[in-house]
Amino acid sequence: MGTTQSGILGGRLPLGEYESNFADLHPPLDKHEALVASDRCYFCHDAPCMAACPTSIDIPLFIRQISTGNPIGSAKTIFDQNILGGMCARVCPTETLCEQACVRNTAEERPVEIGRLQRYATDVAMRENKQFYTRAETSGRKVAVVGAGPAGLAAAHRLAVKGHDVVVYDARPKSGGLNEYGIAAYKSVDDFAQKEVDYVLSIGGIEVRNGQALGRDFTLADLSEQYDAVFLGLGLAGVNALRLEGENAAGVDDAVDFIAALRQSKTKADIPVGRRVVVLGGGMTAIDAAVQAKLLGAEEVTICYRRGKEHMNASEFEQDLAASKGVTIRHWLQPKRIAEKDGKVAGIELEYTTLEEGKLTATGETGIIAADQIFKAIGQSFLGAGLGALQLEGGRIVADAEGRTSIDNVWAGGDCVLGGEDLTVSAVAMGRDAAESINRVFAAAAPRATAVA
Amino acid sequence: MADLRNNFVGIKSPNPFWLASAPPTDKAYNVERAFKAGWGGVVWKTLGEEGPPVVNVNGPRYGAIWGADRRLLGLNNIELITDRDLYVNLREMKQVKMNWPDRALIASIMVPCEEEAWKAILPLVEETGADGIELNFGCPHGMSERGMGAAVGQVPEYIEMVVRWCKQYTRMPVITKLTPNITDIRKPARAAKAGGTDAVSLINTINSIVSVDLDNFAPNPAVGGKGTHGGYCGPAVKPIALNMVAEIARDPETYGLPISGIGGITTWRDAAEFLALGAGNVQVCTAAMTYGFKIVQEMISGLSDWMDAKGHRNLDDITGRAVPNVTDWQYLNLNYIAKAKIDQDACIKCGRCHIACEDTSHQAITQFVNGVRHFEVMEDECVGCNLCVNVCPVENCITMEELPAGTLDQRTGKPVDPNYANWTTHPNNPMARQAAE
Repeated sequence: MGTTQSGILGGRLPLGEYESNFADLHPPLDKHEALVASDRCYFCHDAPCMAACPTSIDIPLFIRQISTGNPIGSAKTIFDQNILGGMCARVCPTETLCEQACVRNTAEERPVEIGRLQRYATDVAMRENKQFYTRAETSGRKVAVVGAGPAGLAAAHRLAVKGHDVVVYDARPKSGGLNEYGIAAYKSVDDFAQKEVDYVLSIGGIEVRNGQALGRDFTLADLSEQYDAVFLGLGLAGVNALRLEGENAAGVDDAVDFIAALRQSKTKADIPVGRRVVVLGGGMTAIDAAVQAKLLGAEEVTICYRRGKEHMNASEFEQDLAASKGVTIRHWLQPKRIAEKDGKVAGIELEYTTLEEGKLTATGETGIIAADQIFKAIGQSFLGAGLGALQLEGGRIVADAEGRTSIDNVWAGGDCVLGGEDLTVSAVAMGRDAAESINRVFAAAAPRATAVA
Repeated sequence: MADLRNNFVGIKSPNPFWLASAPPTDKAYNVERAFKAGWGGVVWKTLGEEGPPVVNVNGPRYGAIWGADRRLLGLNNIELITDRDLYVNLREMKQVKMNWPDRALIASIMVPCEEEAWKAILPLVEETGADGIELNFGCPHGMSERGMGAAVGQVPEYIEMVVRWCKQYTRMPVITKLTPNITDIRKPARAAKAGGTDAVSLINTINSIVSVDLDNFAPNPAVGGKGTHGGYCGPAVKPIALNMVAEIARDPETYGLPISGIGGITTWRDAAEFLALGAGNVQVCTAAMTYGFKIVQEMISGLSDWMDAKGHRNLDDITGRAVPNVTDWQYLNLNYIAKAKIDQDACIKCGRCHIACEDTSHQAITQFVNGVRHFEVMEDECVGCNLCVNVCPVENCITMEELPAGTLDQRTGKPVDPNYANWTTHPNNPMARQAAE
C-alpha cells in the first residue's frame, strides 16, 4: 500500500508500481519493427534530416543499413559522427531536429522514427560490444579533458583515436555528466549511461579521474602546464536562485538535484516527494522533475511558467508527455513569495504576468497554490572557478567554431560555451570538433619526418 | 451493375476469377471453401496417370522474396502434381461439381507423352462432369525431368501432338497451359492452335532460385542442405505474364484464340489489365496462398465497381481492348515529345528525382534554385524518359506532359512536328523506307 499523506515522503506507491512507472519511455524496437520502420525511409538525396542533426549523422545510410540486415554497419555509420549515438537516440528532442526535417512530414505528417532506429542499431552493436575504432600510433601528446559529460567524452574518444593520451577530470563520483545525473530516469534505463561510458572508454588511452573538481583540486593553469592541450567541457554546474521570501524553507529544492537523486536510486521508492508539488520553470528540467514527481506518487503536480506555452523551452512532445502523466501546466504565472509553516513549505504565492510591448510585466493580481514541495527549474548557471584569465562573456566561455578559447592550447565545448545549445547532441558535436581542431594543431606543429636515403 | 458472368470457350462461371491448378485446388475440402468464398471456378490440381502417385519432398517446398513490411512479392515452389490417388481426386471432383453446378471445374492433366496414356485418362475425367481440361505443359521442376510438364511445353511439336490426341479422345474443351521458360511464347501457342486447342492459359511458373542462404551457401528453399530451381510466381511475375499474353493476343497466327490469363494477379486491377490485353478470364494462385480465399471478394467488387464507373457492361466490353495499342518499338511515334513536370505543392523535397537524373540520366533536374532546395525540371535537358516519375515516392507529383504540336522543344530547339513519324522512315535508319501512301 502507498500513502497520500501530506509532507515530503518516500514510498508513496506500492513497490511494484515504481518499476512500471519508470520503465523505458520509448521501448526499443525489435528487429521486425525496425525493418518496418526503416522501410519508410526514402533515402533522400542530401537529406534534410542529416542537415538537421548537430552531429551530421548520415541518417539515410544508417537506416538503409538497418533495412538490409546490417545493424552493425549502421551503428558504425552513427558512431563515426557521434560516439554517444546510443544516448542521443534516447534523449535527443528528435521532434525538433531530424524527425522534424523528415520529408515524410510533408507527405503524411508522420516522420521516419529516426531516433528509435538509431537506438536499435547502436543497441545491437553495444550489446555485442562491437568496437569499430583502433588507436592511431601513439603521438606522445597528452591532453587534459575537464568534465566527463557528453562534450568531454566525445572529445576524449576522438583524441584517443588520433593517438593522443587523454586524462579526463570530473568532479562527480561517476562519469557521464548530464547523461548520468541530468536525464529523467525513464529515458535512460538499465544503467545505460555507465554502459555507454565504458563503451566509449574501451578505445583505450583515456584515464578518468573522478572526484577531481576544477578550482578546488587543480586550476586551468596547472593543466596548461602539464598537458599539450586542454579541453573544457564543464557544463553548467550551478543553479539559478529565486531570490524570494521563503526560499530557504524546507521543501524548496533544486530540480536538478531531484533528477540526479532519482537516477542514482535503484528502487525510486526511497526518493521522497511531496503530496502537492509545484515546479517553477518551462524547460526540459521542469518537465523531467514534474513528470517524475507524478510518477513517484505526488497527488498534484503543477508546472508554473512565467510566459506562454509558445515560449516554453520544453518541446511540444515533452509538454504532451507531462499532460499525459497528469501534470498541470499553467502559464503566465511568476513566483512572488513562498509561504511557510513551521519552517516548511506550505504553498506558493504567484503573480499573473503579461507581455507589454514585448516586456514581461506583472499584472498585480496574485493567487496561492498550496504545496508541500517546490522545485526550482529556472535555469542553470556556469561556475567558473579556477579558470584564471580565460575570457568569459555573459557568464559563459568564449570559443570560436572549432572550440578555441582566448588561451592558446585551451579548447571548450558544450553548455559551458557561449552559444551552447543545452543539447546532448550539440555538446557531442562540439567536443568532437574541438578534438579535431586540437589534432590539427598538433599535426601542424609536429616535426616533419625526415627522409632517410 | 456490371455483368461479370464469364463464358470461356463455353465454360460458364459467375465471374472470371478462377483458382489456378495448384495446392489450393488439390482436394474437395479446399475447393468447397473456395466456392463458398465466391471463386467462379477452379482448375483442379494436376492429375497424373493411374498407379502409385508422385511423392513430394518432406522439407520446405516454398521460397519467397519480400518487399516493405514483408509483403510477399514473389513465391517459388518445388511441389509436384497431386500426390493423391487418381480415383480419390476423380471422386471428389465429381461430388464437388454436383454440389456447385454453376461453378467452373476444370481438370488439369499431366501424363506421359504417349497417346495411350492420354487416351486412358480422358474418359475417367470426362465421367466426373468436369467442364473442361487443362493440359499442364508448364510445370518446370521434377515432372519436366521425367519428360512431362515443361519438357513438353518447350517443344511445339509435342504440344501439337498431345493437343490433337486430347481433341480426338474427349468432347471436353481443351485449354493448353504454356510455360514461360521458352524464348518465344508465340511458338507453343501456335502449335497448340494447330493441334486444335480451344484456348491457351499462361503463364505457368518461371524457373527460379529465390535466394541463397549465405550461412550455408545453399539455395532456398533447401532440403537437407541442397536446393533446386523452383517455379516462380506472385506479383513479381505479372509484367512478364502480361507481355506474353499480349504477344499471343496480337500475333496474327493466334489472333482470337481464347486466353486464360495467369501470373501474379493479386487485385481486381491486375485482373482488368490481363483482360484488357486479351485474356477471356484469369486464374489466381499466389494471392490466395498469401491471403486466403476471401481476396476474391475484393477482386469481384473492384472489377465490378470500375466497370460501372467506366460504363463497361460486361467482360466482352473490356477483353482485348488494349491489344490494338500494343505495337513494336519501330512503330512508336518519334515526334511525340513529353517533358517531366514537378508539382511543387506535392513535392516533399526528398531529392530522389534529382539524384536519379543527375547520377544516372540526363542532368535535367535542379537541386537548388537561388540557393534554396528546389527540384525543377530543366526542359532544355529533359528527354522525357520518365525515370523521375518512377522513382518519386509521391504519386502524381511528377507527371509527363505532352508538348503540343508547334511548341518549341527547348532541348532540340525545334518546334514539335505534328506528323506521326517512326523509325521505319527515320533518316538515321539505314533500312528506312518511304512511308506507305
